[in-house]
Amino acid sequence: MGAARVAMPFIPARLVRRHGWTIGVYVLLLASLVFTVAIHPTYGAFDVQSLALGALPLALAAAAQTVVVLSGGIDLAVGPMMAVANVLAARAMLHVSFRDALIIAVLVLVLGCAAGAFNGCLVVFSRVPDIVVTLAMSFVWGGVALLILEKPGGGAPLDFQNLASGTSISPWVPNALILMVLVVAAVWVPLRSSRPGLALYAVGSERTAAHASGVNVALARVLAYTLSGAFSAAGGLALTMTTGIGSPLSGTLYTLSSVATIVLGGVSLAGGKGGMLGPMAAAFILTLIPADLIFLGIDPNYGQVIQGTVIVLVVMVGGLAALRRKTA
Amino acid sequence: MSEPSPLLEVSGLSKRFGAVVALRSANLSVRPGEIHALMGANGAGKSTLVKVLTGVLRPDGGTITVRGQVRAIVSPAEARRAGLMPVYQDPALIPDLTVLQNLRLTATRVDAVRHWLSELGMSGIDFGAQARELPAPSLRLLDLARALAAEPDVLLLDEITAALPADLTERVFEVIGRRREQARSVIFISHRLAEVSIFCDRATVLRDGETVGVVEPARGGDARIVDLMLGPVAADVVQAEAQRAPTNAGSAAGHVRLEVRSLRAGNMLQDVSFSVRSGEVLGIAALEGQGQRELFDCLAGVRRPDGGQILAEGRVTAFRHPYDAIRAGLVLVPADRMQALLRQRSVRENIALPLVSRIARWGLINPRAERRRVNQAIHRLQIDTRAQSQVRRLSGGNQQKVSIARWLAAGFQTLLCFDPTRGIDIGTKRQIYLLVRELAAAGSAILLFTSELAEIPLACDRVIVLFGGRVVQVLPARIADESTLLRAAHGLAAEAAS
Repeated sequence: MGAARVAMPFIPARLVRRHGWTIGVYVLLLASLVFTVAIHPTYGAFDVQSLALGALPLALAAAAQTVVVLSGGIDLAVGPMMAVANVLAARAMLHVSFRDALIIAVLVLVLGCAAGAFNGCLVVFSRVPDIVVTLAMSFVWGGVALLILEKPGGGAPLDFQNLASGTSISPWVPNALILMVLVVAAVWVPLRSSRPGLALYAVGSERTAAHASGVNVALARVLAYTLSGAFSAAGGLALTMTTGIGSPLSGTLYTLSSVATIVLGGVSLAGGKGGMLGPMAAAFILTLIPADLIFLGIDPNYGQVIQGTVIVLVVMVGGLAALRRKTA
Repeated sequence: MSEPSPLLEVSGLSKRFGAVVALRSANLSVRPGEIHALMGANGAGKSTLVKVLTGVLRPDGGTITVRGQVRAIVSPAEARRAGLMPVYQDPALIPDLTVLQNLRLTATRVDAVRHWLSELGMSGIDFGAQARELPAPSLRLLDLARALAAEPDVLLLDEITAALPADLTERVFEVIGRRREQARSVIFISHRLAEVSIFCDRATVLRDGETVGVVEPARGGDARIVDLMLGPVAADVVQAEAQRAPTNAGSAAGHVRLEVRSLRAGNMLQDVSFSVRSGEVLGIAALEGQGQRELFDCLAGVRRPDGGQILAEGRVTAFRHPYDAIRAGLVLVPADRMQALLRQRSVRENIALPLVSRIARWGLINPRAERRRVNQAIHRLQIDTRAQSQVRRLSGGNQQKVSIARWLAAGFQTLLCFDPTRGIDIGTKRQIYLLVRELAAAGSAILLFTSELAEIPLACDRVIVLFGGRVVQVLPARIADESTLLRAAHGLAAEAAS
């Protein structure tokens, strides 16, 4: 009781300190939304929907990358695995009922877990560095996607596409946003407060101390890659929903974009630090930037340059803030 | 007196890391209800023994018997099931998790930890704080409370008192002393002889990875512990004295190459002054963590001092980078060879690396000049170059020779040796000390920290003893026998003088 009384006034300060980055990312998101409305006064519900549609696959790719990076690894196979899920779903869902499409979606998610677990086992038991294994696996999964569907095609029932594309509560709350929150929360909330979740952070934070604390390091790392596979598969399904077709090269961009997103979202590439909230907002920011450039009439080819610049600037400013706190 | 059957029995335990033998044949027998000290000089194998007993390392040979049952302790979890619970030298909490999360991670009962923390007089720790936000003593006591909460049969404490202030140390002793009543035991590792003799029932002494004796410190055993830790070195010293007598003569004549005035850095290095002359080997004796690392880091330009001056060849210096120190003629030979060497490159490239700046003309390396200087260095140090294609394949001793050879080829005025013979066999050790003497005779000044006090009279002319970041004693090496140094290094200088 005494401790609680003493601790109370510190809680907001500590919350801000510990989650400062996440708060900063949401402030940045809010600022860029305000900026967007300022330069494009007719920005409306439809634009919000297309923003959410664009951000959904990236957010799921970022979630996939986040779990692995938190455990102290990296997964360069995220994009190609999304492509595999995308073409698999689009090929199997062509001309099927909504119910069958849902069953197929579940199967794809299970396959995603299996593929992720396979990646993880390779990394942990071959002792080849994760960056090499997942880079090699990215070629393997990229090839598999092309084998499943040679060129863009396939399809999915309209109801299934509407899971992401439509709106149900209000035109201002796109389904894509709800879906993203539900999918990420369904995995992350229970995990975050359980021992396996703690083990994930522990392994990424200080591997020897984790081992000495009795954590099964190998298992925790395989778990991270398994979850990454699940999120990647979800991302692939999201691509099927948002585009309506399957495309074997659809995932290519997402591997590196996912890394950029989580860095902007405050996940430390050294492992052990960060969460899911930051990367989700970061996915929206990075989707909003190219849209803003179109509104401003700037050549969209500058988009990449500007995105890269924003990431470096934000991470630099964040680093400076951390440095000042340390010396203060 | 009937001998109670031991709670934990270790026999013939061995462990090697590559070429380095950490444990040769360790024996240990702990009775129920006993506080048992594990003593030994730095590198004698105490920490390795603890890590083997608690499943962090797998032994190469030997048996571990707990309550009469032979156990294969293959993981930390298995050690816990066998009733062995460690508190390691390094904090074991995950820095990015809160205290509460750390306890959940190890499935520790929170109320039990709170209970033990209040027993230890530390009930104020905020369980919502991240481990990285807590001060070192709190982390140590949390580690201890977490270990106590598991109610282990044998508690292993590795240097728990090193990071604690005196009042907390007393509290720790009182709490773990109560385990005696429950016939539970403690294995206690400490460098502080005084603590051990007051507090421990028996002491097992390790030397070079081998158990050399079991002593009851309460009955005037300290002297015997010191003897056992030292080993039979007297003969060696005499022999070495004969070897080095001629090189030592002209040492006083040289000019001062390196002078340090009231150097301060961090908490560990408080106020250190000394000077080293050309032709002189100045030894530094200290237990772990008395400021020697900070001292060498400052001298080698790795960190900037908080106060005081470093004078090289009479000029005040301000090193901002190791490069500046090397330019000023101060070069470092670290204990961890792999810190200095490129482990996958050849002996030749390693030796030539610091040399490149001197023989490169307009960015191109002059291969002939490089080969000549490298060959000279290899020849002079008698490096065994059979495994020369990759430095990591060399033995520890030869690796250390390569890291000295690098500087030999590049040229230097003052050589800073930080525990250069750690984990090196006795023959190569002798060669390295002879080499150090030779370099001094050729006009260099040498600063030599070694964790093996017995070797100070072999290589040094004078020795300074550091304790708590200060110089507590300066002695001519001739009279610095090991027990004198050991006493001074344990902060018992006043006693020795009286």
